[in-house]
Amino acid sequence: MTERTSRTLDADAPLSSARKPDPAAAGLDIADDDAELVGRTVTINRPRQELYDFWRDFRHLPTFMENIEDVIILDDNRSHWIVQGPAGSELEWDSIVTEDVPGEVIAWRSAEGATVENSGRVEFRDSPNGRGTIVSVTIAYKPPGGKLGKAFAKVFRREPTIQARQELRRFKQLMETGELPTAAMLPQDMP
Amino acid sequence: MRALTWQGKQNVRVDTVPDPQIVNPRDAIIRVTSTAICGSDLHLYDHYIPGMKDGDILGHEFMGEVVEVGSRNHKLKAGQRVVVPFVIACGNCFFCRKQQFAACDNSNPAEKTDASELAYGYPMAAAFGYSHLTGGYSGGQAEYVRVPYADVGPLVIPEGVDDDKVLFLSDILPTGWMAAVNCDIEPGDVVAVWGCGPVGLFAVQSALLLGAHRVIAIDHHPRRLALARQLGAEIVDFEQVRVREALAEMTGGIGPDACIDAVGMESHGMSPDNLLDHVKVKTFLATDRIHALRQVILSTRKGGRVSIPGVYGGMADKFPIGALMEKGLQIRSGQTHVQKFMPELLEMILDDKIDTTFLISQRLDLEDAAMGYKNFKEHQNEYTKVVLKPRHTRH
Repeated sequence: MTERTSRTLDADAPLSSARKPDPAAAGLDIADDDAELVGRTVTINRPRQELYDFWRDFRHLPTFMENIEDVIILDDNRSHWIVQGPAGSELEWDSIVTEDVPGEVIAWRSAEGATVENSGRVEFRDSPNGRGTIVSVTIAYKPPGGKLGKAFAKVFRREPTIQARQELRRFKQLMETGELPTAAMLPQDMP
Repeated sequence: MRALTWQGKQNVRVDTVPDPQIVNPRDAIIRVTSTAICGSDLHLYDHYIPGMKDGDILGHEFMGEVVEVGSRNHKLKAGQRVVVPFVIACGNCFFCRKQQFAACDNSNPAEKTDASELAYGYPMAAAFGYSHLTGGYSGGQAEYVRVPYADVGPLVIPEGVDDDKVLFLSDILPTGWMAAVNCDIEPGDVVAVWGCGPVGLFAVQSALLLGAHRVIAIDHHPRRLALARQLGAEIVDFEQVRVREALAEMTGGIGPDACIDAVGMESHGMSPDNLLDHVKVKTFLATDRIHALRQVILSTRKGGRVSIPGVYGGMADKFPIGALMEKGLQIRSGQTHVQKFMPELLEMILDDKIDTTFLISQRLDLEDAAMGYKNFKEHQNEYTKVVLKPRHTRH
């Protein structure tokens, strides 16, 4: 388990809103100044433990993260992720849980040799004013070099914050309402 | 099924499209018995609202019979008659729990929330038959509609009550009612209403029901002003008189205690370089023309209230912030929290305290909907409200 880096910030705003992102300070296991860092917080009107349990079973991630095709559980801390890559390709890597506090925190990072080195962290806190659970996600990743890197950047780095906020919004929709809203008129037209 | 589809600026037509099916577990399928053309549909017709796609099915005022429900919808049963609110709300989020249904955090699909989040700071809720900025859900000017979160929105109507009496619970009656509620009316108050379209007329009716001493209605269409007078309002024709001076004189120099802008961007139009373009280029120039709203703010008495049910979408130029601040006005606005007001308004309709049928000027076959749009736009004096009836001949 990776030791959590201590957080320091002069003001009360979250690290993910910093103008100069610092993945290590955000508690992420990726030490690179070039890494992309995205963060987003939502309030979800469901109990903390229920949200943690759903997320901790990584097989659920593809239901609300649209570019994750499949997650195969290898053991308690290790899982295999299959992700949509550029131009219809698929990227795969193993992901390792680096921190796990039931009901509170899940952190993970890609195993060595991943095409896209990445690390993520989700925190669940009770809303102090009784509005449910405050869920904060921060994700950092380092795109690969070379040709693949350029293609990857085109697909993934265009609007990483938009992707993160849409995924967290889908998680909220699914947990609060039990379904993902869609304007589709027919089941086969679901996105 | 047959459905009224949007095909570009001032081009709508009735097409044959696939029948909708249950997609999510809380859905219901409604067989539409009555639907109406709303003033805000004309914003879409004239393509002042961005985020439309060819083939979109319009209509957000509709009612009908439940024909099928999803596996987790334990509220509705096949055969029930329901009125469906135009706002789609989940009932579970922070906002819905506060009964701020028009602010629902979940009904708009995640991939459609970015434009409104950029434009307004937070993403908007979804609505039927409107722009893809608000979800792009297929609307009610059709034989059938898929209604999401149908265990929250639709209101069951007792047997034996005509469609015409309850159809407007879907939008314009609660909208006029909320406009008056937002005026915080006290005994003795004079309320002025700009615009005698359907929402303005219902605001007149609502303000009187909520205890206004006098209501003054402002418009220029003789038939619409006559309807306002019939409801109990004093009337002002803005083509004949200077409105602010008239209101000051009519209120002994004090001014109206509360003023309602039931005009919005509609009468003067939004500039063609629409909201989405502004979002794209991130240069927020004025998009909404606010002639009526400026007059509202200048006319309201010191310490008075301003209520804005009229629709605005972008930025306003020359907004009289000085008059607002120096006179100590309070402003309230917003899309209508329809679900909150429907039950009490249904009670008032059943008790004959509110009549909505006076508004209907035309009843047309859904097949003639395109003609209905054209005439509703071009002949506002004669066409106060168009109700459409699907034929259901194939079923």
